[in-house]
Amino acid sequence: MLLRHTTADVTERTALTINPAKTCQPIGAMYAALGIHACLPHSHGSQGCCSYHRSTLTRHYKEPVMAGTSSFTEGSSVFGGQANLLQAIANIFDIYDPDVIAVHTTCLSETIGDDLVQIIAKAREEGSIPPGKMVIHTNTPSYAGSHVTGFSSMVKSMVGYFSEPSDIRSRTINIIPGWVEPSDMREIKRLVGLLGAESIMFPDTSDVLDAPQTGKHVFYPKGGVTMPALRRTGESAVTLALGPTASEAAAKALDVKCGVPCETMTLPIGLQATDRFIDAVRLHSGHGVPVAIEEERGRLIDIMTDMGQYLQGKRVALWGDPDQLVALSEFLVDLDMKPVYVVTGTPGKVFERRMERALQGRVPEAKVQQGATADMFLMHQWIKQEPVDLLIGNTYGKYIARDEDIPFVRHGFPILDRIGHSYFPTVGYTGAIRLLEKFLDVFLDRRDRDDPEERFELVM
Amino acid sequence: MEPQETQIPAANSVLEQRRRQVATKGNAHGDIACETKSVAGSVSQRACVFCGSRVVLYPLADALHLVHGPIGCASYTWDIRGALSSGPQLHRMSFSTDLAEMDIILGGEKKLYRCLVELIDAYRPKAAFVYSTCIVGLIGDDVEAVCARVSQEKGLSVIPVFSEGFAGTKKDGYKAACDAMGRLLGTGSTEGISPHAINLLGEFNLAGETWLIKDYYRRMGVDVVATVTGDGRIDDIRRMHGAALNVVQCSGSVMHLAKGLKDKFDVPFIRVSYFGVEDTAKALYDVAEHFGDPAMMARAQTLVREEVAAVMPELMRIRKDLAGKRAAVYVGGSFKAFSLVRALRMIGMVTVLAGSQTGSKEDYRELEQICDPGTVIVDDTNPLELCAFLKEKGCDLLIGGVKERPIAHKLGLGFCDHNHERKKSLAGFVGMLNFAREVQSTVMSPVWQFIPRGRPASQEGDASCSP
Repeated sequence: MLLRHTTADVTERTALTINPAKTCQPIGAMYAALGIHACLPHSHGSQGCCSYHRSTLTRHYKEPVMAGTSSFTEGSSVFGGQANLLQAIANIFDIYDPDVIAVHTTCLSETIGDDLVQIIAKAREEGSIPPGKMVIHTNTPSYAGSHVTGFSSMVKSMVGYFSEPSDIRSRTINIIPGWVEPSDMREIKRLVGLLGAESIMFPDTSDVLDAPQTGKHVFYPKGGVTMPALRRTGESAVTLALGPTASEAAAKALDVKCGVPCETMTLPIGLQATDRFIDAVRLHSGHGVPVAIEEERGRLIDIMTDMGQYLQGKRVALWGDPDQLVALSEFLVDLDMKPVYVVTGTPGKVFERRMERALQGRVPEAKVQQGATADMFLMHQWIKQEPVDLLIGNTYGKYIARDEDIPFVRHGFPILDRIGHSYFPTVGYTGAIRLLEKFLDVFLDRRDRDDPEERFELVM
Repeated sequence: MEPQETQIPAANSVLEQRRRQVATKGNAHGDIACETKSVAGSVSQRACVFCGSRVVLYPLADALHLVHGPIGCASYTWDIRGALSSGPQLHRMSFSTDLAEMDIILGGEKKLYRCLVELIDAYRPKAAFVYSTCIVGLIGDDVEAVCARVSQEKGLSVIPVFSEGFAGTKKDGYKAACDAMGRLLGTGSTEGISPHAINLLGEFNLAGETWLIKDYYRRMGVDVVATVTGDGRIDDIRRMHGAALNVVQCSGSVMHLAKGLKDKFDVPFIRVSYFGVEDTAKALYDVAEHFGDPAMMARAQTLVREEVAAVMPELMRIRKDLAGKRAAVYVGGSFKAFSLVRALRMIGMVTVLAGSQTGSKEDYRELEQICDPGTVIVDDTNPLELCAFLKEKGCDLLIGGVKERPIAHKLGLGFCDHNHERKKSLAGFVGMLNFAREVQSTVMSPVWQFIPRGRPASQEGDASCSP
């Protein structure tokens, strides 16, 4: 057993993190930046950071991931990284010709205290930034928050750098989708389109990190929100921020900067959260809900009723990012399942309150933990104390799934050992049907495998 | 929006500052520039000092590996290399001091101390390694002192690894790892070690390769004291100075340790490679020759004969399929590139591009020697440049690591992971067959009939590498 060292007794840990349920800020900033069209993310720090982020994103998406690095040396860690970044900006525009360079910091450059605003201004002064091109930045100190914080900060920087205040108010809806898959972003756009609303989604990694094979390696695939669209976010009617942890900061900044009102919602995963999302879009678009969407909803409920007997009362352990966990938990409760253990490494007390609401008072035994020692080790200890029927989370759950022989559905980031997440959404009503299919598959496969011969059944 | 298709001619896609890091065999040029930091702004495929240390030490399965820094460095290196262990699995856990803002301000020494004590009490490892990350070097934690204190209190070796990411290249990380292991050398008893015993260095047991190699030596009558570090154990390293010979694979990673063993304990070393039939046979013969034992040499010859006979017929069949196909090789260490060029030649393929992330001047001179005229040699390349060369050279196959795979596939080329994501043993004679099968299946895959294949350079107007 790989995790043979894990015991059921939860001992007090003062500091240590074992098998983390999070990673550091910069990778989130890199993922968000890839959702801008023709943008090259740039890591202002040592070479390793950039390499690790690119490798991890590549393992998750099975796609090329391009990003530059300031390649810090001992010299830059003493004298600051200004020279490196100036040279990098000049080189990148010269060779890779992006529309936007999105710089994020690292623990190293943060602690040295590099002033990115000043360095970018200097690059502009020196003429390294061609007309019409942009260098934006966000601060992502790796020793605070988590990868989700980094994502949120980069999205907020998009508002800071691009959104333009305007006297015009268009009917357009800004949608900040949160840290979801390209497939989810595509699905959200489809639903908004069916509702007859104009929208600007940012960031948008669909058609970037799910690019087709064409015989070409296109450095900047066709997807991503464009600079003109980002500028126009300032004249939109409303911003829908999906998931407070990942999206609220940008939405609020847009309200402050351009007076675009915002509404923060749960990620539209599951029935109720999708209902609320559809309703919000409907209100702002002024159109009714089309039959097509009503039918999708009906199909979801139909399957929930048909298959409920296999789901009722199942105990579930889930880990990952706050916005996903809250939405998934609410859906699980609606399926009469019991999310009993929920863990995120992303710090923030508000998570516990949000979880309480999501659980709707129906899972009093639930254990919820966030922050530094809320890790996969703790999750495993809880499971050893009292087992669960299902695990939902990123790839790092596979050790527990194997050691404890528990069915496992992969969801979240990163997924290093399966495909599908880039292509099949889990948001919206059809996304919820897909989640149901995944839950049922693992439960029923398990019964087909484990049931004694006399109980083995053809029809389920 | 349409994808941008601005065409950049291949020659221009080499960053001006990188020109000296690229050479073509047959053209007059000086030594290739290498062992430098990457140009800032280059989309380099390289990593950092910490990465180098982590990959070398990580397979020591009964040691505790604590990453002292913010969470990322531990997260990204959590069990990402398939370095197999036949016993303990402690190395597959991820331990981090998870430094937070207050630790950066106040220093992380106390937290490090507490973490070490908690971990050692809980896991009772044979030794502990503490990896310094960028930030630790910057805030100036006295990691050495904390390690010394815990060592004394807990009665086991707690060893600092000076692997601050910014302090050099991945290669400097290899050296830091060797320095860390160096502290264990000579601390164990060498009693009972046979005069015909060796250490395997630079073998990481990816897909169980160490086990395969060890078995070859066992059949020759050679004992293996320690493997550094595949399926490695702390106590073996403590007594490895009792072996008669160090057999070093992988040019960069553990050479420093082999040199230390020679200087301090007078144990000689030889460099070998287990990739390809010729190189594997040569490795075994070189070891037999070192011991000067005719019986051992006879056993080695029998072994090679049997093993080669077992794989040759299929290799020759595969060779027919692959004859004249063109390959590009871009790997971490340059020593591996030599073997790959020879192995590809054996299955009828031509290497048209060869390069590495961390080669030295001597490595590149040697690489150039074994390559055919016209082969492009690169140090520390980047995706745009790589892509331009792949197109220009009309390749059928790219051999590389995780970041190169999707680039090859997007271009419509076959791909073989000769890095840590290999899923089958590629070492030894069986490994050569596995390698040939993998190359054949990817190059000849039926999927290529459905897509526009990366076209040869002669067809102009192709924007397959547009930035």
